Parts: sequence; C-alpha cells; structure tokens
Amino acid sequence: MRPWLALLTREIGLAWREGGAIGTALGFYLVVVAITPLGLGPDLNLLSRIAPGVLWVALLLASLLSADRIVHNDYEDGTLDVLTTGPLPLAGIVAIKSLSHWITTGIPLALLAPILGLLLNFPIASSPLLVLAMLAGTPAVSFIAAIGASLTLGLRRSGVLLALLVLPLYVPVLIFGVSTVSAAVTGPASPWPPLLMLSAFSLASIVLAPLAAAAAIRNALR
Amino acid sequence: MATVTSLANPTRFLSIVDAVVPFLAGLTVLLLGIGLYLSFFVAPPDYQQGETVKIMFIHVPSAWLAMFGYMLIAVASLGTLIWRHPLADVAAKTAAPIGATFTFIALVTGSLWGKPMWGTYWVWDARLTSMLVLLLLYLGLIALWQAIEEPGRAGRAAAILALVGAINIPIIKFSVDWWNTLHQPASVFRMGGSTIDPALLTPLFVMMGAFTLLFVLLHLISMRAEILRRRVHALQQIEVQRAGSGR
Repeated sequence: MRPWLALLTREIGLAWREGGAIGTALGFYLVVVAITPLGLGPDLNLLSRIAPGVLWVALLLASLLSADRIVHNDYEDGTLDVLTTGPLPLAGIVAIKSLSHWITTGIPLALLAPILGLLLNFPIASSPLLVLAMLAGTPAVSFIAAIGASLTLGLRRSGVLLALLVLPLYVPVLIFGVSTVSAAVTGPASPWPPLLMLSAFSLASIVLAPLAAAAAIRNALR
Repeated sequence: MATVTSLANPTRFLSIVDAVVPFLAGLTVLLLGIGLYLSFFVAPPDYQQGETVKIMFIHVPSAWLAMFGYMLIAVASLGTLIWRHPLADVAAKTAAPIGATFTFIALVTGSLWGKPMWGTYWVWDARLTSMLVLLLLYLGLIALWQAIEEPGRAGRAAAILALVGAINIPIIKFSVDWWNTLHQPASVFRMGGSTIDPALLTPLFVMMGAFTLLFVLLHLISMRAEILRRRVHALQQIEVQRAGSGR
C-alpha cells in the first residue's frame, strides 16, 4: 500500500504546488460560463434552460486544459522511466495519476459548478444533484483524458490533438450528465436512471482506461 | 535483417494484389454500372418521396461502409497489437481515410435527402448524430497517424485509440438514442413504413455490393501504395547510411 500512497501524495502535492495548475482550470471554467450569456443574450429563462448543458460542456473543456499534465511532465523529465522500473504496474501508476487528476481538477470543478450556476439562473434547490452528477461523471473525464495524454506523449501540438481524440469519447458523459441535471430541474423524468448510467460509465472507464493508457505509454517509451 | 524478414510477407501480398486488382476493378465497374442503371432508370420513383428516394442508393451503401471501415480498423488493430502483423498496421492506416470519406458521403447525401423530406439539412436525429461522432473518431485516428512520425509507434498508438473507440461506439450509440428519445419523443425519421418495395430493394443490394467492392478495391490499392511508400523510405535511409559511412 505504501508505494501507491506515496505516488498519490506526490501527484497531488505536485499539482498543488505547481502554482496555477488548479487555479487555471477553475478560472477557465469561470470565463467560459461567464461569456456564454454574452453570446446568447441575458434572457434568464433561456439561460436557466440551457444551464446544465453549458455547465457540463465548460467542465469538459476546463478539465481537458490540464489533461496533458497527467503524464507529459513526467515523460519529459524522465520520471516515467523511473516509475516503470519500480514496484508498481504501469496500469496502476496511470490509475493513480488519473485519480490525482480527478482529485485536483474534477472535484474542484464539480464544487464550483453550483456557484457558476447562479450566473445562469440555475435553481439553487437542484444544486446538490448537480454536484452529485458531476462527481459521478468527472472520474470518467479524468481517466479517459489519461488515454489521450498517453497517446500524445512527446508530440508537437499535443494539447489540440488530445482534445480532438478525447472529446468524441465524452459523448456519453455529456448526455447522461446533462440528462440527470435537466431531469432534476424540469422533471418529469426521474434523474436517477441517467445518474446510474453515468456512474456505470465512470466505473467502467476507471477499470478499462488505465489498461489502454498503460499500453500507450509503453508504446511511447519503447 | 529484421526489415528483410518483415518485408517477406508484404512482398507476397503485393504480388497477390497485383494479380487481383485488375479483375476486381473490372468487376467493380461492371457492378457499379448495373447498380447505377438499375437505380436511375429501372427503379420506380417512390409514390411519396418522388425521385429523391434515389439518393438512398448512394446513401445507404455509404453508411454501411462507414461502419464496415471502422470494424475493419478495429480488427486490424487487434492484429497490430496482438500478433504484430506487419500488414495489419498498413490495413488500418489506409482504411481510415476511405472510411472517413464514406462517412462524409453518407452525411452529405443524408443531409441532401433531408432537405426535401424533412425541410432542413440537418436534424439532431440519433442516427445522424452517431454518424457525426463516427466521423470525428475517424478524424482523430487520421490526426494521430499524422502527428507521430515513426510508423511503428504511430500504428500501435492508433490501434489503441481504435480499440478504445470500438468499445465506446456502442455506448455512444446507446447514449445518443437515449438523448434523442428524451428530447424528441416523436422521431422525425421513419423509413416509409418498415418495408421497402422489392423494386427498390434489388438495386439497393446491387449498389451495396458494388460499393463494398469499390471499398475493397480502393483499400487494396492504397495498401499497395503505403507498402511501396515505406519501402522507398527504407531504401532512402539505407542510402543515407551508406553515404554517411562511405567517407
């Protein structure tokens, strides 16, 4: 258990101390949500209807901003080579790294969402479910982003490529996430079936994504 | 030495391709000719849709090949990752642009068909949306191939991405169906009843056969081109090395 915990503390510590890593994602989230009404007009009814979608899309974009950090820095300074010679399996290393990305990006973004929801006239009463849905969906976002980050190791313009590779894979997260939140706000459908789907998708990506990402990293280190 | 042994198999493949391509090309042209004649001169116009129903003869085969192309890439990716088959990588790489093109054709013909039928070029119907996502997956694969310079690494990376996509496609399809039924209870898209008249069905099958042959033909030709391109590249590198060590 020791090496796992050590790696997790290292990852979170790095994200925390590397000034602006978490702040940039939160700031980007705020900016995207803030400029949307400027493009759509100040009609509060319209904004409250599209709020779940805007919050989710902005969340996906904001977490992609820091996605390449999952493995790129360690690839460039050689840490990844050292880690692969250690006691942990590579898939486990990627899983810890994705978990740390979720803790340092997914959770803060999910907690910020209801506050940004106020800008979009999102009903406060539905906020707990919004946070719950985002906490259920963001693990999938982080773990799938790890696949994209591992595939683009050491490439030029890797950030844009990562977004192109990964965003289509987020379609289920977006659909079930928005369905959950919309159902909670407008009814009459129950929010629980899409929420369970979202959780299932997250759990499946927690299990499968590290395997794919580990294969991609091995390919890049070869 | 390793290059020579891995070229042994492609060489046999190349000679097979050279023998097959002329026949296949002839057969494709013949079947495509018959199919087009049947679709445009023999098949009756639909009583509701009129002549526009003939878009179907291009649209449906393209949509089928869009999915066939991705399946081919997924199977070839297994070949790349598990058996390290030297041709699997080439097959997957060359199938991607062809599959993407057929996906694009399916989307364009679908939208041209949609304008007279539904009154708009695009509806966020579940089927259209999943085709669009498929096109995005294809574009991601092509972009990844172009971004990585070393062909071996590019092949394996793309194979991993293709398999991730293959696992994800059914989930995407399911979620898009879910999304659409949630937002639009009455679906816009209903194929004139569930049965298609035999008079329209025969040309459709001929066209699907012709398009599939066309796909295989294009795929074989571009596989040949890719193998030759890699060979030229390898020869150039040997030449450079010889020039470098000759001093």
